Amino acid sequence: MTANDGGRIPVASDQDVVRVRQLVRTVAVAVKLSLVDQTKVVTAASELARNTLVYGGGGTVEVSRADNGRRAGVRIVFTDQGPGIADIDLAFTDGYTSGGGLGLGLSGARRLVDEFDIDTAVGQGTTITVTKWCR
Amino acid sequence: MDIGRQAVALGSHEVSRFAELLAQHEDALVTTWTDQVAATLRGRLSAAELHRQTAELHKGFRSALEGGATSLDAEAAGELRALLGDLSTSRARQGFTATETATSVYALKDAVLRILDDNGGADATTLRDYLGFSAFVDRAGLLTFDAYVRAREELISDQAEQLLELSTPVVKLWEGVVAVPLVGTLDSARAQVVMERLLQTLVDTGSPYAIIDITGVPAVDTQVAQHILKTVVAARLMGADCIISGIRPQIAQTIVALGIEFGDIATKSSLADALRHVLRLTGEAARRGGPREG
Repeated sequence: MTANDGGRIPVASDQDVVRVRQLVRTVAVAVKLSLVDQTKVVTAASELARNTLVYGGGGTVEVSRADNGRRAGVRIVFTDQGPGIADIDLAFTDGYTSGGGLGLGLSGARRLVDEFDIDTAVGQGTTITVTKWCR
Repeated sequence: MDIGRQAVALGSHEVSRFAELLAQHEDALVTTWTDQVAATLRGRLSAAELHRQTAELHKGFRSALEGGATSLDAEAAGELRALLGDLSTSRARQGFTATETATSVYALKDAVLRILDDNGGADATTLRDYLGFSAFVDRAGLLTFDAYVRAREELISDQAEQLLELSTPVVKLWEGVVAVPLVGTLDSARAQVVMERLLQTLVDTGSPYAIIDITGVPAVDTQVAQHILKTVVAARLMGADCIISGIRPQIAQTIVALGIEFGDIATKSSLADALRHVLRLTGEAARRGGPREG
């Protein structure tokens, strides 16, 4: 498996967030996403990977190629064993942050990708799966 | 574990025997040793330099053993430890691999084995001695690994620091206009450096305008945006106006989708546009305030 096909990156520091970004960009280029879509998915990955690091206390990010038969795309799974999200609606409210950020990471990332799936429970950690398809 | 270690550790008798062996066969040992190392380094160090290093290491091992050092932690082995550390550091800085560095030490085992073979001493005692000595050299090799890794880590953190310095210049673009061309990832550490530099330059040059150019920033996420916004607010507090330039189409669309708002901060697609914008502002100010400058 080459970097073009994705991979798994443990996220424990800011450097790892940079590595996630680079890997996502590599895969996005390989599946021929447009420049705008590349930038969008890379930015979404950056937001979510940072959430994994800051709010989830670290975790892993898995980047892979996606294919639904008609279109190719990039799929990214963010997993952490952190405290989980108690109020999902609140967490997705623009401008709400439990940390010191702008409060746009989660909601903004959802707007940047085509598919967004979140699985979280208090004390159980959080898993977010996003997919960006080629147009 | 202890029993196993005792079985192969050097006793004081073996130590003196090996000290004698190292002394007796100095020339042959150093030559074989140097040849071995030279083969792995493939001419990237001069033969004379290599020979000098090997001879020094040989001396280090010899004086450690003569001092009665049964293990590498012994006081008598202090000089040897320092030698190994220096060797690893210089190898690491010259770009040799960890394997090549450790081989410089491990080659001693082969050289000693050859001497023992030549002396026809393949009895049980010799074997036991050799195992003990081999364990000693192994420890020395591991020490070079540690020192090697440490040297490389220092090198990397030095470079990271240099990069931080290099990649955040604040340049004077025009009379009263400074620019910060950002390149690469804008993390918290760099954002801090950028802000400090910019604010200091504003004071030093008395510039009322600053342009932050993000052409070289590959992705603008909320953290990057927040850092830029904070820098702009800080500059404003000091009476300077900031313009953000270098917003490419894909970045603009991403910023909109994320929902980041730059409020009343002027943004331009290119540095040239930003400069033109500032010059127009200063031009108007000059017309209002008296004779034009520049």
